[in-house]
Formats: sequence, C-alpha cells, structure tokens
Amino acid sequence: MISYEKKDTPIHKLSGFTKLVFFLIWCLTSALTFDTRILLLMILLGGIIYVVSGTKWKQVSGVFIAIMFFMVINLTCIFFFAPYQGCEIYGTRHEIAHLFGPYTLTKEQLFYEFNVFIKYFTVIPAVFIFLVTTDPSELASSLNGVGVPYMIAYSLEIALRYIPDVQDEFHRIRNAQEARGIEMSSKGKMLSRIKNTAVIIFPLLFSTMERIDVVSNAMELRGFGKKKKRSWYSRRKLMASDYAVIALVIVFFVVTMIITFHDGNRFYNPFI
Amino acid sequence: MVSSAPIIEFSDVTFKYRSQQEPTLKNINLKIYPGEKILIAGQSGSGKSTLAHCLNALIPCSYAGDMSGTLRVDGQEPKKLGVFGMSQIVGTVLQDTDGQFIALSVAEDIAFALENDNMPQEQMFEKVADVAQQLELTNFLGNAPGALSGGQKQRVSLGGVMACDVKVLLFDEPLANLDPATGKRTIALIDDILKQEDLTVIIIEHRLEDVLYKDIDRVILMGDGQIVADMHPDELLSSDLLLENGIREPLYVAALKAAGAKINPADHPQHIETMNIEPYKKTVKDWFHSISMDRKETTSDVLLKVDGLKFRYDQARTIINDVSFEIKRGEMVSLVGKNGAGKSTLASLICGFVDPDEGHIYFEGEDLSKYSIKERGEKIGYCLQSPNQMISKPMIYDEVALGLTVRGVPEDQVKEKVNEILKICGLYPFRNWPVSALSFGQKKRVSIASILVLDPQLIILDEPTAGQDYEHYTEIMEFLHELKEKLGITIMMITHDMHLMLEYTDRALVLTDGQLLMDAAPEEVLTNDEVCDRAYLKRTSLYDLAQKCDISDAGEFVARFIDSEKSK
Repeated sequence: MISYEKKDTPIHKLSGFTKLVFFLIWCLTSALTFDTRILLLMILLGGIIYVVSGTKWKQVSGVFIAIMFFMVINLTCIFFFAPYQGCEIYGTRHEIAHLFGPYTLTKEQLFYEFNVFIKYFTVIPAVFIFLVTTDPSELASSLNGVGVPYMIAYSLEIALRYIPDVQDEFHRIRNAQEARGIEMSSKGKMLSRIKNTAVIIFPLLFSTMERIDVVSNAMELRGFGKKKKRSWYSRRKLMASDYAVIALVIVFFVVTMIITFHDGNRFYNPFI
Repeated sequence: MVSSAPIIEFSDVTFKYRSQQEPTLKNINLKIYPGEKILIAGQSGSGKSTLAHCLNALIPCSYAGDMSGTLRVDGQEPKKLGVFGMSQIVGTVLQDTDGQFIALSVAEDIAFALENDNMPQEQMFEKVADVAQQLELTNFLGNAPGALSGGQKQRVSLGGVMACDVKVLLFDEPLANLDPATGKRTIALIDDILKQEDLTVIIIEHRLEDVLYKDIDRVILMGDGQIVADMHPDELLSSDLLLENGIREPLYVAALKAAGAKINPADHPQHIETMNIEPYKKTVKDWFHSISMDRKETTSDVLLKVDGLKFRYDQARTIINDVSFEIKRGEMVSLVGKNGAGKSTLASLICGFVDPDEGHIYFEGEDLSKYSIKERGEKIGYCLQSPNQMISKPMIYDEVALGLTVRGVPEDQVKEKVNEILKICGLYPFRNWPVSALSFGQKKRVSIASILVLDPQLIILDEPTAGQDYEHYTEIMEFLHELKEKLGITIMMITHDMHLMLEYTDRALVLTDGQLLMDAAPEEVLTNDEVCDRAYLKRTSLYDLAQKCDISDAGEFVARFIDSEKSK
C-alpha cells in the first residue's frame, strides 16, 4: 500500500496545506483541459516532481499496476461504446482501417483516447507524490485548514492510526480460525471460502467495536469535541516557499485555462 | 498532609446503572486528601471501576443511571462539569494503552488534549517538550505507537494526561497488560511523579503485591458496592480482609500466614524488603522443615520437540534464534519473557502460521513441516487471548461444533462429540444459550471447548488469564488443570503472570530476544536474579522471605509453599 515515508526533500518540506492546495488545483486543471500540449507539459512537470520527491517505484508499483489495469478496461470500453467520439469532437473523420461490424478505427478516435490516456498520467504521479510525502496527521490539519470540519479531518487520522492494528487483529483471528480447520487458503472452494470469511469478519467486527468503545472514551476523557476550534500540534507554518508554490500553481491554472478555452473549446485540435 | 480540605469527597453516594436492578455503589463515604496515594482494590463487580468512573464523570455523563448523595472533586460536582470539564482536574490513564494512544506519534498524543483545548502551537511545543523530558520520552517524540514497547506506551498515556496540569491522576488497572518488570517500573514512575508534582494519585488494581512495590498511603477495599476497608496497607495485610474479598495476598504474606504466624502491623509488612521479619523467623523455618512435598514423576514420553528453530523477518531482525526444547506428554508449561521477546512468534511457528527459516518441529516424532495449518490444528489447538477474537457463531452449540462441521463429520457424530466436550467443560446446561449471555470466563470455556472437539493433544493458550481478577483467574486455571487431569491434555501457556507460572505450571521456558534463556522449574526461574533481570520477570517475594529467614534453598521453599497451597 502507498504510505507516508519520512524523507528530506524540497517536496517533503512544503506544508501539507500547500500540497493539498497544489494537488486539488492540479487535478482540477487536468479535469478541465483536453489540450494535449498542456497535458504533455503536466506529465513532464509531474515526472520532475516525482523524481525530486524521492518516491521509490516499489512504494507505488502495486497501485500503479492496478490503475493501469482499470485504464486499459476504460479505454477499451470507450472504443466499444463510442467508437466515433473522436470524430464528433474534432469534426473530421480520417479512417485508418475497418475493423469489424460497425467499428472503424479513426485517427480522431485514437487521438482522443490518447488524450484520455495522458490525462491519467497527469494525475497519477500527483496522487502518489501527495500521499507519500504528506504526513497523515499534517494532512488532517491541512484538511481542517481548507475548511473541512475538524471532526471529519480527525476521523481520517484515526482511521490511519488504527488500520495497522486492525490488520494485525485480522491476521491473528484468521490464523486461529484456520487452525480450527476453517480453510482460508486458495486450496478451498471459492464459495466455501466466501462463507468462511464470516468466521473472521464477525470476531473482527466485535473486537473492533470493543476497541471503538475504548478509543471514544479515551478521546472524550481528553476533551475531544469540547470546543468549536482545535489547534494542531503537527500543523506547519507556511513558509516563503509555500506561498511561492501556491502562487505558481494558481498562475499555472489561470494560464492553462486561458490557453484551453481561448478558442471556445477545451480540445486541442490538430486535424484542422 | 491531612491538614487541608479533602480534594475528593464522597458523601453517601449511591449509584445504580439504568440497566441493573441493584445499585452498584451503596452509600459510599470517602475522603481523599491532596497529595495522597490511594489504592482502590476489589474484585470484578465490587464497584471499584464504577467508583473511578464517578471521578472522571463518565458516570453519569456516558453511563446513564441514578445517582444520589453528593460527590465533590476539587470543590466541584463532576456531573455539572461533565467529562470535558473533569478532564482538566482528573487525568485518567486507561488500562488499554493501545486504545488510549490516539494520535499517530508520541508528541501528538501527548498534545492531544492541548489540541482539543485549542492551545496555540508554540505553547503546545513547550508543554510537550516539558512532559516528554519528565517521562524520558524526548527521544521517542516522533515514534509511531507500533514502534514502542508496552512500558513506553504507558508513559505516553501518562504524558497525555499530565500535559493538562491535572490535580488527580487516576490509573485504571495500569498493570494489566504489562510484563512484570515493566509493571514494577510503572509503579516506581508513579511514585517519582508524585514526589515531584503536586498531585493526588488513585490506582485501581487487583494485583496488590505489584502495586505495593512502593509506598501506598491507604488502601480502599471494595466489596459488593461498599467500602469494606479503608486502612493503611500494613494493617490490611495483617488482617484477613483481602482473601475474604477475593483479592490475592502478596505471596510472602500468604506464606507467613500459612506458617501460622500472626502478622503485626507494627512490623511493616507492606514491603518484604523492609519488613521486620525477626518475630516470624522461627515459625517460618519450623514450618518449612515440617512440610514435605510429593515429587511428581515425569514421563519420558516426548510430545513436542523443537530443534534449532530460527525465524527472521529480514536479515536485520531475527525473531527466534536457535531455540530447542521438548515438551512431555501431560505437562503444563509456561512460556514467559518480556513483551516482544518472541513468545507469540514461537507459538505461530508451532502452529504453522509462519514457517521457520531453519530448524524443525517434531510432534510425536513426526516432522510437522509437511502438515498444513488445518492438519496441525487437529494435533495442536491454539487459543487467542480474548474469546471474542474466536467466537463467530451466535449459539454455543454451533460454535463448539464448527470445527467438526467444516470437516464434514456426520451430524450424529458431531452431536455426540460436542455434547461430550460440553459436559467436560461444564457448559452442557447452556448448550442452547446464545454466546452473548455468557460471562467472560464462560466464553473462555466456549473458545477452549471449540478447540477440544478436534481432540488435540496439545493446546497453546495466549495469556489465558490476562485482566482477570483472582476469582476468575482461579476459575479459568482450575478448569485448565481439570482438563489436564481428565483428558491428559498437554498445555502450553504464554503468560506474564508470575503467580500462574508458579502455581500451575510444571516448567517454564524463558525467552529473551528470541533465545531460550532458561528451561527449568518455575521456582528455579523466579529465584534466579540474573534470569529475572534479563527476561523482565519479577523475582518472587517468597525468595526474599526465604532469604530473610535464613533458608538457603529458596527454590525448595517456594516449591513446598506452592504445593501446600494447592493441596489446601
């Protein structure tokens, strides 16, 4: 799984708030534009930031492969459900080859799907970098900083805090049940395996409930929820570099939007 | 000390939980003065936790019920201030240090209450640094909870409430999850804090001997919702009130009484180290020589053999390092050592949850490596600490039958076997009850019964008595002892409880940093200073008693005492 790793890079030094703002604006830009030039530039920038952030491939490879898998499905689906989407968008039709039935491969469709493809690549590194360089508790304080109520922001932190504990508990229970003869490994039949997960899930659920009871008492005893506002030990003050990054990303957003929409259409059209 | 006004004052307090018929607290009158260190003892259901919950206002704010009489803490009424308000006056350290550790790092957890109070960040940094220094946590400030030992986690919990500048520290069974040596250190730490700070300390605990490691001003003994005794520990230990109320006496006190001595409070029996033993010396010595014990014959029939076992997560961390031992059929063996010594990993290796890097495990002479977890489960049963971690069916019968039904055993055979096991476990009358209607001890039996239906020859139990008071501890252990006698089952227990180890097990395996440090009779282990130190065990106070009475063979003294207690 992708998780935060402490390192000393310029990206890690930025405050969580800056990174959150950057991440949100960056994704918004990517969502709004279909301008191939901007998308390519974003991939280049994303690649540079990825290298600077010192993110290791093995930290993110698992999730990356999963995303790739869904992307292939997505691109295939687009082609089968809307084979001439590209022609509609760009207003021309350059056929390459007739495939079968009503499906003909066109340059426009290829170009359109290429744009969808690179859109993913503008966002993926941003997600990775954000997650591996942002301390989860700083993330909670940042969310609170951008206006998310602290009750919600803190519940995120609590979840991150207890995920490893619940995982341990899961393994403990699974082992004990397996020793009682409840087959969990791939040897068992699919249906019985699904049925058998119940013998882990119920004890896990009950012991988790017990834990929730303890934790909520502990939080109450220490004054959580007492006041409307809450300060954060882990919040970092914004430095000059933070302001610079936030300013830059806003300028970047405005410029890209101007370039994208100056012809009244969010697609870059190489066919005219 | 007594000159000032009481900081806590119960006047005629009675409390009844909404869900219960009878009041849990009955006419409590109690005064506690600033600077005092109070131990509240009592068995489960005696009302000691309820009393504590009144102080931090969880009662009546979180647990509803009817309360009469008045309670004042620092001049205020808890129910008016509410849980938040009281958290500024009474700092509560919970039993479950994992549960109390809320934040993602030590520093943030210490700061948690300050954050909730919306304290500016600079002030918070200062305060956290202060508290961390006092509790020697400065080097761990950035650590996540998973990277801390049990003792460190407890210090963080303590830091978390101390950061609020509370006036009263309330410890709810602080020793329950700690190894003996760490527990001892915790008690010493509480004592140090009390010396430095202007605080009142209240400890709720049934492990009396461990708390009395440092001076206590008064012990409040609870029984059936009432205060049975409110006296200095010296007086209490001289009386028979502890046993009458289901609290275990310190072993040296039990031994003195068994020898026929009448303890005089003036001899300060609170600590064996400083107690005046002269008047009792002769009695103890005479008694030692007058009793004999039956040596148990040991069988030579080896059930489990572990040979040169090694296990590592990666090159840097070897968890089990060249461990070899044998367990004979019908033995009851304890596996002890500090938290993180590799005890659970060793159990996991035997059950096949993980595979060793080197070495072999033989069961009845057969190498276990060719068997799957499921197949091993028919030979070796494994029982987790909490029955709630194991029970997955709503009805008792179904739960116990589960292991057989998933193996496709015909229904009539299942019924016969399950009923047989339920009878052995004393659960037969409850067979059609829902599990949720059972007490903790009964649930524990259900979880053990559900393993017994598979006819294992060895059962491994993880902390079978953790968090249980003397009565429930005895209930569970007597049950296991009976199983051993009736079914000839071999039992291995992972435990932190030195009493359990002494009283019930024939042999102790001491694990330290993945190595087997000692494999000997429990009384030999617990009278060996070096081993106790290295393995974070606590030398038994019987050893000190023997020494002070000039009995040179302390191990023999311990063995004879335990034997005579058992045959009572």
